[in-house]
Amino acid sequence: MIVLNARATDNAALNEKVRATREDCEIVGCIGERFIGAGLSDKTISIKGIPGNALGAYLNGAKIFVDGNAQDAVGDTMNEGEIVVRGNAGDAPGYAMRGGKIYIKGNAGYRAGIHMKEYRGKSPVIIIGGRCGSFLGEYQAGGLIVVLGLNKDGKRIVGNFPCAGMHGGKVLLRGRADGVVFPDKVTARTATMDELDCAKPYIEEFCRIFGMDAGEILSSPFTLVTPDSSNPYKRMYVEN
Amino acid sequence: MQTDYIYPRYEVERRESRCSGCGLCVKECSYGVHYFSKDGRTLLSDDSKCVNCQRCVATCPTHAIKIVKSNCDFRENYNWSGDSIREIMKQAGSGGVLLSSMGNPQPFPVYWDRLLLNASQVTNPPIDPLREPMETRVFLGKKPSEIARDKHGRLICDLPPRLSLELPVLFSAMSYGSISYNAHAALAAAATALGTCYNTGEGGLHENFYRYGANTIVQVASGRFGVHKDYHEAGAAIEIKMGQGAKPGIGGHLPGSKIVGDVSRTRMIPEGSDAISPAPHHDIYSIEDLRQLVFSLKEATEYKKPVIVKIAAVHNIAAIASGIARSGADVIAIDGFRGGTGAAPTRIRDNVGIPVELALAAVDTRLRDEGIRNDVSLVVGGSIRNSTDVVKAIALGADACYIATAALIAMGCHMCRNCQSGKCNWGIATQNPDLVRRLDPEEGARRLVNLLTAWKHEIMEIMGGMGINSIEALRGNRLMLRGIGLTEKELNVLGVAHAGE
Repeated sequence: MIVLNARATDNAALNEKVRATREDCEIVGCIGERFIGAGLSDKTISIKGIPGNALGAYLNGAKIFVDGNAQDAVGDTMNEGEIVVRGNAGDAPGYAMRGGKIYIKGNAGYRAGIHMKEYRGKSPVIIIGGRCGSFLGEYQAGGLIVVLGLNKDGKRIVGNFPCAGMHGGKVLLRGRADGVVFPDKVTARTATMDELDCAKPYIEEFCRIFGMDAGEILSSPFTLVTPDSSNPYKRMYVEN
Repeated sequence: MQTDYIYPRYEVERRESRCSGCGLCVKECSYGVHYFSKDGRTLLSDDSKCVNCQRCVATCPTHAIKIVKSNCDFRENYNWSGDSIREIMKQAGSGGVLLSSMGNPQPFPVYWDRLLLNASQVTNPPIDPLREPMETRVFLGKKPSEIARDKHGRLICDLPPRLSLELPVLFSAMSYGSISYNAHAALAAAATALGTCYNTGEGGLHENFYRYGANTIVQVASGRFGVHKDYHEAGAAIEIKMGQGAKPGIGGHLPGSKIVGDVSRTRMIPEGSDAISPAPHHDIYSIEDLRQLVFSLKEATEYKKPVIVKIAAVHNIAAIASGIARSGADVIAIDGFRGGTGAAPTRIRDNVGIPVELALAAVDTRLRDEGIRNDVSLVVGGSIRNSTDVVKAIALGADACYIATAALIAMGCHMCRNCQSGKCNWGIATQNPDLVRRLDPEEGARRLVNLLTAWKHEIMEIMGGMGINSIEALRGNRLMLRGIGLTEKELNVLGVAHAGE
């Protein structure tokens, strides 16, 4: 493992150093350097500090651990790999992600998991420990988004318009999603034990990583949101 | 209900004296216009299904078929045209958004046709391109503003990544899904043979076409279909699609019925699921955000590939382009309001955006005024129909032109403008294997190469006439243009003088 100090360098030079080594990397002193790990398929990167936007964009199998908060667009168009954030993440984590896992211990901003997809053997997973902003899972086309809502501040687990335009995949919200208004074209109901099974191994892994009690978290009911159709706009047009 | 009955737009005329009754037209028509009578003896036609794609006309071995425009129309009315009435009937019957294909067909001014080219007489000699060198090669990307030398005085040649094209014409984005595998194969092979590029559109890159990577522009759009590491690395350049001339501000939507087999594999989404490209990129709300996507792509490809940002020509185009030039993009592609599409809401296609001629002139002027013209190359599309459109575009300030509709016509498209149906009888805008087979990729590539080889000769000839021997010297050379029948305002925007001035 090599240690890279982010302080005396810029985005491009830091990423060049990460690419150049075959070893795992620890980046210290990170204050907003962008695009860390973009497109990487090998090695593990541990980050001390706060990485900038587009952390792990197009990630292709590498693992990234952040000991702090992350900013916007974590794991943009990620194909494979793992991103773990021990704090909060900004807007649009997992935008158009196709595979791999993103675990965020704290809260996430707007548009988490927007346009997430799945394809053949690949099915991406995002777990958010806290709450998240509006437009969660907008246009979701596949994969699994879990929001645990572990905050004790009494605020709603997701903002407005969750799952708008959803046409694939699943969203699981811990609890009864009180006060959450869903759009017409999705169905939200309490998940059965069988339905929760698909998420269980990921939630257990999430809890192991962050030192939480999986049994307690899973003992709560979950709300499952699924789309009514994979062709939501079929009837909208007339040929001219 | 009877009020919804619309008399067919086209009628099939079959000349009995020539028709041999072979029935080839029945086989050739995917719309099911031609059929045999119940006793199998007479060929009949259901005119209501005809879209005037001319397939039966072209394939009939005895040339017995003619498609004519119906003369059964509503009472003449300048304000309430037949189309206006028919569209209301369709919407009243269905409640649907009107959906059309290909570029804006409305009678807006075509500025290319209002611009005339110059030629040398007496005071400077024309050049004969058949016997003298004539450079049509162009490089797309940032141009260095100063020369750097090492301590021995040798030139440092670390140029930013560029695309090198043998002629200033590229094939613009058409996704695999909107057009067929064979159409893509023809475009890829032709681009390679011509030393230019084709563009994947937002449909991913089929595994069989990775070998054409050096002549491929891979597109990243809001749906990010098929976008992954190998895809980025396969292409010679990456294009971020922000907008499209045929539908500015509107996303794309390939219905699940077209997401079959290889299309699903190439887009990396399940079969039958709609492929929705949202109208915005949801991580881009500003030039700063665009800069972030530009650089995330540059990082992912180690700064080896130029990044193109494609936008539709809209009202504030000059300011937007100035922002893009500062975002780190290497090339700006501007798509005018006449650009084609596989499907777009009719109202958007026919009413949103501005002509590319005006957009190009405004952008080139703005970038020059701000001293950043060499930070980006400009590629323009949105109905480039022939070699003179290309020459005029370059003289207005473009580095190169994108063509797509012209390429489709070269491959056999007859402009029936019914791509959205997926039933293209010419094997282009369809995924039906029986129809796709009709387009021979080798023949398609040969015709594309023919077209652009001819254009290249014409471009050289026109440049030679002007006494110009390289595209570089023509670029932004508006003295080579004169307007004809244009207002003062139009001439101002175009930055050209009127003929006779």
